[in-house]
Amino acid sequence: MLCELCKKSQATVHLTEIVNDEMAELHLCDTCANEKGAQVESNFGLSDLLSGLTDYGRNDEEEERSNPVCENCGMSYEEFRKIGRLGCSVCYDTFASSLGSLLKRIHGSPVHLGKAPGRFAKPDKGKSTMGDLRSQLETAIEREDFEQAAVIRDQIRRYQQKKAKDE
Amino acid sequence: MSKPLNPIDALLKKTSTWLEDSGPMPSIVISSRIRLARNLDKYPFAVRTDDESMLEVMNVVRDGAAHSKMLKKAHFVDMDEISEIDRQFLVERHLVSREHMQNPEFRAVIIGDGEAVSVMVNEEDHLRIQSMESGLNLRNAWTTINRLDDELAETLEFAFTPKWGYLTCCPTNTGTGMRASVMLHLPALVMQKQINKILHTITKLGLAARGLYGEGTEATGNFFQISNQVTLGRHEEELIENIERILNQVIEHEQNAREALLTQNRAQLEDRIWRAYGIMGNARTVSSAEALDLLSAIRLGVDMELMSDLDRTTLNELFLFCQPAHLQKLEGSALSPKERDMKRAELIRQRIGKT
Repeated sequence: MLCELCKKSQATVHLTEIVNDEMAELHLCDTCANEKGAQVESNFGLSDLLSGLTDYGRNDEEEERSNPVCENCGMSYEEFRKIGRLGCSVCYDTFASSLGSLLKRIHGSPVHLGKAPGRFAKPDKGKSTMGDLRSQLETAIEREDFEQAAVIRDQIRRYQQKKAKDE
Repeated sequence: MSKPLNPIDALLKKTSTWLEDSGPMPSIVISSRIRLARNLDKYPFAVRTDDESMLEVMNVVRDGAAHSKMLKKAHFVDMDEISEIDRQFLVERHLVSREHMQNPEFRAVIIGDGEAVSVMVNEEDHLRIQSMESGLNLRNAWTTINRLDDELAETLEFAFTPKWGYLTCCPTNTGTGMRASVMLHLPALVMQKQINKILHTITKLGLAARGLYGEGTEATGNFFQISNQVTLGRHEEELIENIERILNQVIEHEQNAREALLTQNRAQLEDRIWRAYGIMGNARTVSSAEALDLLSAIRLGVDMELMSDLDRTTLNELFLFCQPAHLQKLEGSALSPKERDMKRAELIRQRIGKT
């Protein structure tokens, strides 16, 4: 098997990481493994490997072909891919489609469930979160994205369990 | 916010609240920390910013912080206005990152009363809000930082979308922007050679394990920091519960390893601890690596109740004060590495009770 970063040398370092029940595998040659994260054995951090990951497993996405540039800060898709950092909040819209799959790859889910600043807060937090999850589940099923649907289903279960425990 | 002549000197005289031996599980968990990454919606992020924009962010955040009740007694420290030793001191105190120290221009840190909360300004994100507690206390840290974040959001408009949450410079922080971490002392797992297996398992479960001083450094001595990797797709409380669940198992393994040392190798263990005590009470020069190693052994002795004349707060403080910038602040002048080793030995002899 060839190294997934340089695609030249034989892969000798094989990493497996499980995030949210989703397994990610990375096969690297010694040189790339050393360059990318040094003590991979005990210190496999996704952030260290991020610029590699944006390359790894990338799809033939819209942004790949058109190399859009953020109209707000001037960051190009190519530069974003190289440095693995975004230039401003508008970049998130500019590179939305590839960011969506990248975020899913890093975090196991591309949908925010945590807190929101006051100006976005909803009147009844508990109820709307549950409602949000249900509608997200429906959308995922419609899209036939069963992997994501399973993640959301588990989240709903955890909620119900937590609620039952609280009551 | 108040601005005394040198806020850093004021810190030197007080103990950080998170060093007090007051939190749960103090024999294994030193401290718990949570940080939130936030950006101001209207300004470019760190990789696209310029001097003017950074200065504006600094002023906007300073004004915003002035409206926060929780930061009422806080000090605003401009990183560019303090000495290199003071900047290093703040790193040793876990109040700023190395990155923040190395590029001080247009960067600042707001330090709350007792150092329990702080805010780095213009680090990789415009704000890096931090809350620290002693022992295993992520829940308290979350309650505190959640409140501070709400207070700041009243005046500061954070970059946020309902779909992706808080927008950060690096996609590894997107969503909650939350990194929750705990500092662990795991000497028995190191001695029993089980530590690599444990750390490996931890990383497989979606958490990160690092050495004492955070990112990019090897684990020093027997101290390890464990934190969450995932920031998106889970509630903050859920991420914290997940760390706690795994952490409780790590703690149990360390307790078992300590128990095993006691039943199988008690004589050797006691010998090691008392030798460390002997060296610390008499040495005339001590390097920082040696200090970490020996203090770790003595702490294990105290934690396992094999040694009763020392308390954990004293040891926690020694860990902090044995670092280069702390020693130089105590001395009141710059010291060469050789002089530091002497000063360190002197400090340890004083605090450990011999002369």
